[in-house]
Amino acid sequence: MKVTFPAMGNTRIAIKALLEGLRLEVIPPPPITKKTIELGVKYSPEFACMPLKINVGNFIEAIEKGADTIVMAGGWGPCRFGYYAQVEREILKDLGYDFKMVILEAPDFKLSELFTQIRDLAENVSFLEALKAVKFAWDKLKAVEVMEKDLEYYLPRVKEKDKAESIYDYALESIDKAYSKKKIDNILAEARNAFCNLDFHGENILKIGLLGEIYTILEPAANYDIVRHLGRLNAEVCRAVYTSSWINDHLLGGILGKSNHKHIVQCAHAYLGSWVGGHGQETVGCAVDFARRGYDGIIQIGPLTCMPEIVAQSVLNRVKGEENIPCITLYFDEHAGTAGISTRLEAFVDMLGRKKEREGTKVPVEIFG
Amino acid sequence: MICYLGVDIGSVSSNFVLIDQTGKLKKKVYIRTQGNPVKAIKEGYLMLKEGEGIEFEIRGVGTTGSGRHLASILLGADVVKNEITAHAVAASCLYPEVKTIIEIGGQDSKIIILDRGIVTDFAMNTVCAAGTGSFLDQQAARLNIPIEEFGRKAVLSSQPVRIAGRCGVFAESDMIHKQQMGYPVEDILMGLCEALVRNYMNNVAKGKRIEELVVFQGGVAANIGLRKAFENFLEMKINVPEHYNVMGAIGAAVLAKEYIEQKRIKTAFKGEEFILEGEFVSKSFECGGCPNLCEVVCIKRDDKPLAYWGDRCRRWETSLNKGDRRNLKVV
Repeated sequence: MKVTFPAMGNTRIAIKALLEGLRLEVIPPPPITKKTIELGVKYSPEFACMPLKINVGNFIEAIEKGADTIVMAGGWGPCRFGYYAQVEREILKDLGYDFKMVILEAPDFKLSELFTQIRDLAENVSFLEALKAVKFAWDKLKAVEVMEKDLEYYLPRVKEKDKAESIYDYALESIDKAYSKKKIDNILAEARNAFCNLDFHGENILKIGLLGEIYTILEPAANYDIVRHLGRLNAEVCRAVYTSSWINDHLLGGILGKSNHKHIVQCAHAYLGSWVGGHGQETVGCAVDFARRGYDGIIQIGPLTCMPEIVAQSVLNRVKGEENIPCITLYFDEHAGTAGISTRLEAFVDMLGRKKEREGTKVPVEIFG
Repeated sequence: MICYLGVDIGSVSSNFVLIDQTGKLKKKVYIRTQGNPVKAIKEGYLMLKEGEGIEFEIRGVGTTGSGRHLASILLGADVVKNEITAHAVAASCLYPEVKTIIEIGGQDSKIIILDRGIVTDFAMNTVCAAGTGSFLDQQAARLNIPIEEFGRKAVLSSQPVRIAGRCGVFAESDMIHKQQMGYPVEDILMGLCEALVRNYMNNVAKGKRIEELVVFQGGVAANIGLRKAFENFLEMKINVPEHYNVMGAIGAAVLAKEYIEQKRIKTAFKGEEFILEGEFVSKSFECGGCPNLCEVVCIKRDDKPLAYWGDRCRRWETSLNKGDRRNLKVV
């Protein structure tokens, strides 16, 4: 059995560790490139959203590399994602590929359901080993997120952006290869050290909250690497979604320590009282939360045609006015040119910077005498 | 005379302005880009230099528009700014109380909302070109009317026809239908203006509160039919600045001036010889470094590469400073 799974940003590192820990042969999806997206777009329904298209491209490339089993997440509720595993299976079957698809469903009420599903995937692994695998994958996930947060913090502050990016890239690669918790800790310490040794420019940093649909936030290939793009414009990004907190809130019911999910839902209440599927309500809640925590602006992102985010976008208009925070929405699709996106991001960052800097102090220059 | 140069390289037009130390506009050049921004930059600079015989010394350069990066490579710019900021700066210099800017150019249209001289919100058209200058250009060509006379003819209409403005293609077929029914040309022209305004309001300005003072700028502001259509729709006075078609360039020049004066540094301007005497060639190739197969563009001056862009991983873009390009593959 050679197992593959959908790529979703750096969670790939943790998923790979988990499956390997369950003594499965893993073929991780090859990096998402233009070719992956082309394949996905070619074989997916046109009105499906970007995540489905990338998934399909991932799976085709992984199957061609020898994978015969696909592990995919299920789901429920108004977001179409819950049905994607089935749709993808049918698309790939129609294309004549031979494979098995294992769909992991989020547990309805009992955590043990999820664990049983994982156990079923790995028949010849003892309970203890399975537990160990889960723990190690969790360690890797946490480490990856420390790196992501470090990049979000240091990239806008340092002079040499290229260097910061290569420290990050190198660290992630090393975490992926690491086989012990100790090694991971070393990598993190080294990377942090390298970041601290870079030159800082000392200029003002803007703080921007990034929120919206989870896949688009986590997968740089689906958002034109918006975190780095903003970092290069000296804006620090705080994401509304990190995988570990998502797992804690949505799969584990908050058993792994403090969760601010309740607080976010409460923030949303004045604007959007019901769960509209996907991350709709969380998007609104996080926007309110970011505004009250004094962020300079918020950017909502999602795949084109994403229903929950469209609902949230219309509500954000009110949040923008009442909480007094600038906000833009960007939808990503396979043919969105980078020029348009960078113009909008630049203009947004500029707007926030000028607003912060010169509020009320400007004496206009005379043109046209 | 000490001057600051502002350059706006757009999809349709390329604009050049010189402002003096007090911010007064000294000279402007408006030419068509015609798909060749390198040539347009050379020509525009030459035209700026010609005539009048005033010697000017360029202390700072600002570029904007979709060709801003290219222009900054060719000229050596101190400030490279997006169009939104540039337009907002220019308008708020001229009208300090401006609250709303309607800017319609060749390929895009924007709305900018300001509060006491600072941008607080903006939007750009996303999907459709029905609300832009190119659309009017095309329809004028179909009706065999020079675009310059479009507005003057349109305002003669007493009963504009209703044309669907949702989509450029549908608007065109709707217009042809009205033509075949025999409606007078001026009524059709005014109908087109109204369709464009509706499209703009629905697609670009949706959800934004439009307050006075409203400034209308960009090449399309020349069209008095459109000015009237906006006035009718908004029931507000629409202000069109004297130099409406070069506002982006003015904004870029003002930004360059602010930047240079604040930082007290020497300009990055590369000088006249660099732009006028060199032979600039742009070449594109597909990078074979990974399956992304990015289309990389290279700008060369007399065989010396000045800049690369278009690669997602930036290995070409950053290669010039490092000098080491051994591991770069070209297919």
